[in-house]
Amino acid sequence: MPTIYIDDQALEVAQGENILEACLNAGMDLPYFCWHPAMGSIGSCRQCALVQYQNEEDTKGRIVMGCMTPVTEGARFSLSADNAGEFREAVVESLMLNHPHDCPVCGEGGECHLQDMTVMVGHRDRRYTGKKNTHRNQYLGPLIHHEMNRCITCYRCERYYRDYAGGKDLAAQASHDHVYFGRHEEGVLQSEFSGNLVEVCPTGVFTDKPFLKHYSRKWDLQSAPSICSGCAVGCNIAPGERYGRLKRVHNRYNHEVNGYFLCDRGRFGSGYINSDARLDYAGIKKPDGSFMAVHQQQAIDTAVGWIKNKKVAGIGSPRASLEANYLLRELVGAANFVPGFSDREAAILSTIVRTLKTTTAANPSIKQMEAADAILILGEDVTNTAPRVALGLRQSVRNKAFELAAQMGLPQWQDAAVRNLAQDQRSPMIIVSAMDTRLDDVASQCISLPADDIAAFGYGVAKALSGEKMDDEAVNQVADILFAANSPLVISGTSMLHEGIINSAVAVAEQLHTSGKSSMLSLCVAESNSLGLALLVDDGQSDRAASIPKLAKRASKLDAVIILENTLERRGASGEIQQLFDADSKVISMDILENTTLGNSDLVLPAASYAESQGTLVSSEGRAQRYFPVYQPSAERLPSWQWLLKLAAGCECSELAELEYFDQVVAACANSQPALAQLVDVAPLRDYRNQGLKIPRQTHRYSGRTAMNAGVSVHEPQQPKDTQSPLAFSMEGLNRDEPASLIPYVWSPGWNSNQSLQKFQAEVDGPLKGGTSGAHLISSDGLGAVQPQVSVTANLKPHQWHLVPVHRVHGSDEMSINTDEVAELAGRPFIAIGEKLAEKLGVVEGDGLLVTQHKAEFSLEVKILSRVAKNCVGFSAGYSETLELQPGDLVTLVKDESWVYPTPTMIATDRGAAHV
Amino acid sequence: MLSELRTIWEVLKHTFTKAETVQYPEEMPYLSPRYRGRIVLTRDPDGEERCVACNLCAAVCPVDCIALQKDTREDGTWYPEFFRINFSRCIMCGMCEEACPTYAIQLTPDFEMCEYDRQNMVYEKENLLINGVGKYPDYNFYRVSGMQTATKDKGQAKNEAAPIDPKSLLP
Ligand code: SF4
Ligand code: SF4
Ligand code: SF4
Ligand code: SF4
Ligand code: FES
Repeated sequence: MPTIYIDDQALEVAQGENILEACLNAGMDLPYFCWHPAMGSIGSCRQCALVQYQNEEDTKGRIVMGCMTPVTEGARFSLSADNAGEFREAVVESLMLNHPHDCPVCGEGGECHLQDMTVMVGHRDRRYTGKKNTHRNQYLGPLIHHEMNRCITCYRCERYYRDYAGGKDLAAQASHDHVYFGRHEEGVLQSEFSGNLVEVCPTGVFTDKPFLKHYSRKWDLQSAPSICSGCAVGCNIAPGERYGRLKRVHNRYNHEVNGYFLCDRGRFGSGYINSDARLDYAGIKKPDGSFMAVHQQQAIDTAVGWIKNKKVAGIGSPRASLEANYLLRELVGAANFVPGFSDREAAILSTIVRTLKTTTAANPSIKQMEAADAILILGEDVTNTAPRVALGLRQSVRNKAFELAAQMGLPQWQDAAVRNLAQDQRSPMIIVSAMDTRLDDVASQCISLPADDIAAFGYGVAKALSGEKMDDEAVNQVADILFAANSPLVISGTSMLHEGIINSAVAVAEQLHTSGKSSMLSLCVAESNSLGLALLVDDGQSDRAASIPKLAKRASKLDAVIILENTLERRGASGEIQQLFDADSKVISMDILENTTLGNSDLVLPAASYAESQGTLVSSEGRAQRYFPVYQPSAERLPSWQWLLKLAAGCECSELAELEYFDQVVAACANSQPALAQLVDVAPLRDYRNQGLKIPRQTHRYSGRTAMNAGVSVHEPQQPKDTQSPLAFSMEGLNRDEPASLIPYVWSPGWNSNQSLQKFQAEVDGPLKGGTSGAHLISSDGLGAVQPQVSVTANLKPHQWHLVPVHRVHGSDEMSINTDEVAELAGRPFIAIGEKLAEKLGVVEGDGLLVTQHKAEFSLEVKILSRVAKNCVGFSAGYSETLELQPGDLVTLVKDESWVYPTPTMIATDRGAAHV
Repeated sequence: MLSELRTIWEVLKHTFTKAETVQYPEEMPYLSPRYRGRIVLTRDPDGEERCVACNLCAAVCPVDCIALQKDTREDGTWYPEFFRINFSRCIMCGMCEEACPTYAIQLTPDFEMCEYDRQNMVYEKENLLINGVGKYPDYNFYRVSGMQTATKDKGQAKNEAAPIDPKSLLP
């Protein structure tokens, strides 16, 4: 550990870091712009200047850039020297020459790093009297607003978008004071991670467009620690609310999971919470099929009348919290509880749970995946099924570059130098999939195979690893690559709904372990709590074969069925599901948005969304994480767990009726089986106090408290009390040094932007001072997971094709699609075919194809892919129009001559005057 | 003793000076334009609402009695969808006026705001917005700001050069 001196103060610093990091670690405020903890330094903004002295006698020194200067033993610096301060002020002054007079109408104002740095360096008055440069803005799609005048040319956006996230359609253009950051022409940003520009850009050039429509300042947002429900990665988010509306979602740092970045589904896919399709009141179905709104108590009484001492079954949900699922299961009894997966999903998930409980391979966090030096992906388009993981994988392939840099003695943060050195050299990543994936551009090898052959390929690799020589040279090569790696990573998942692929991935990971490697195995699952629910039902007691279709068959023997936040049409064939509704039994459903299942129920209960309730979700990493309510549910909505407790109380269900607090439900759930025991460690209990205080959801400058509700009544109500968590619905309390799982937002004096995060980190880019949120539920016994080899090759008739699901960040997810911006980006359902097939069928992109499966016929828009396995065609997975299509189904295709070219849908866009 | 005499003398002396008090309300006192009374929202010289919904007044208000929500016009400019001041809380400190970057919010020399019902002290935008520029006749924020508006292209704001063509090869 070298010792350096800053303003004569001795500092022990870590070997290999730079002075800027050393200063920030020491709690000193050294301004910066272009440096980013995840992206290193390029020394372009000249803001982080300090003075370096030769030795103790040197009084003059010279100005150096903190972010470009490595620490060396005994080096002497001054942060406070006059010339350093003047230099930094001059830098800001020059950045301000062209800066527009925009702060009041800028979506960054109040959380702007440029504002903070300007105040920090003490620049105030503009001396330059010349004209300001101006730029035209671009339309960049429904998510990102562009206001180019505000740019300070720090290059962070370009470095993030291209170098870090692998985007192609945003770059620096022109030169000197004409530099422009945008697309080559107006149009929707193509990256799935474009939203991070909002947080990466230190100014208001890129701002959150949906947020801007109903904008509130950061200081006016009420926030709570939350978990993204967009997929099973479990990114940590900080949603912000004002006036009862969820305004935006910001990243919440988790060192091991999402770090600084989210995907666009996570950031922009929560608009459905404000949708008109939200349920406000409970409703009882009238004989004519319409619903009559009733009060909470009346709804509960009715439901209790239907279920008390009756034969009742329950259907859980992989998008509801673990606690709600647990309560429903207790309420109806394990034997009557169906997890609510589709049959194929249920089978695969139970395999995954079994695997994770026994495998010798580690189930890695994204942070760990970033350390992998060889990756094999089997059958998964990770960018679209576990987006944030894919962003991590883009960093893993850089390990080759870091290795080369280490040989040259270059520190990793020397970003431009390291990239220059490595050029196109990357660590190996082999993708075996049926169609192109969004990681193909960084893969060392892409192999297109139909589903069964992917599994066979995986098994082949496992065999080759065990020393056998395979006929397929590609298989041997892949095995060699994995064998040569230090920490190989195997990724697969449920998106193809093919158990064989997963089992083959397990076989590879296990074989790697047998060959003496510390292998990693990551299995992506579909929904935010798929794994939690699979864990809950994997107790060896409940009927494994319990499935929705089976339940539907015996529905007539039941008195009532309770459905928890589940749209059944997504879980099985419509004919089977309809049996459930046709039976005489009463159906009670609770959900967030109107859907077909609610429409078919006899009693509907309005559930609170994730932003209005608390619960635990288990990510595909096995990490259980807690989300807390950002604001209180309006109207008669209740969190599902509270509806279920009320039903339990009504039924005098002895154990459950005594539960009152969420913590008690968690404890009961944790006690219910050993696999869930860690649940109590996920977040502090409701009586946790930070130095005797609660954690405030509101900032200390939360405005309008005495006017917000004055339109209704001038008599201010008391702030709502939160008796269920350590957080408060007020500005009172202490948001500092609390456990990581409780941090609602980041702010520190002088640091109003998200860069204040560094004050919450134990060290730059390290874990938070309050640890890392989440607890791992699944610990493997390490005995090794041996899964049976399942592999069949179907006999195809000529002109038949296998359906392969094509997932999309925008479109495949059930909830986020109800957000206008996401719906616009999702576009129409499609059938994806290769170029050759398109030629044969005589269609081009945008034409229609008639897809015939058994007897059903679908007319779908054609998308052309560059890489498609033999006999495969893709379909838009998760789109409501194509739910009846199932992976692996055989279909025939003909051109749809009567295809009507739909006019482009503009749902959320403001293309035209308003974007400028 | 001496002090008492002096007091009597002082009081007597005041009997012959002009009274400061006036017969309010028959007679109105003079209040200077910078007097801090009832708050108004003003318009710019072009007759448009000045407030851009920046929320600075709300943030600075020590009693938190201003609440508003930003909305966007067709041309992308900002304005308040609603703007509410709870005068039953306002302490007429004038901080909001000082914070306002557009001269929209201004205090006026009107202090006659008594109500029997406190609810009537809650003013919405239609109660606050006046048809004039108030104390600052000339200022129009959007003429200075870099934001493009329906009537002002990029490069046409005060002190702005024409927009750069990034595709041009000229220096
Ligand atoms: S647009 Fe933002 S991130 Fe990009 S160079 Fe300009 S200020 Fe930096
Ligand atoms: S990767 Fe998944 S969890 Fe993370 S932000 Fe995107 S949708 Fe949310
Ligand atoms: S005068 Fe003072 S108290 Fe009244 S609204 Fe303005 S800032 Fe608030
Ligand atoms: S400070 Fe001025 S421009 Fe900003 S919201 Fe208040 S009145 Fe409107
Ligand atoms: S932060 Fe060091 S030069 Fe930009």
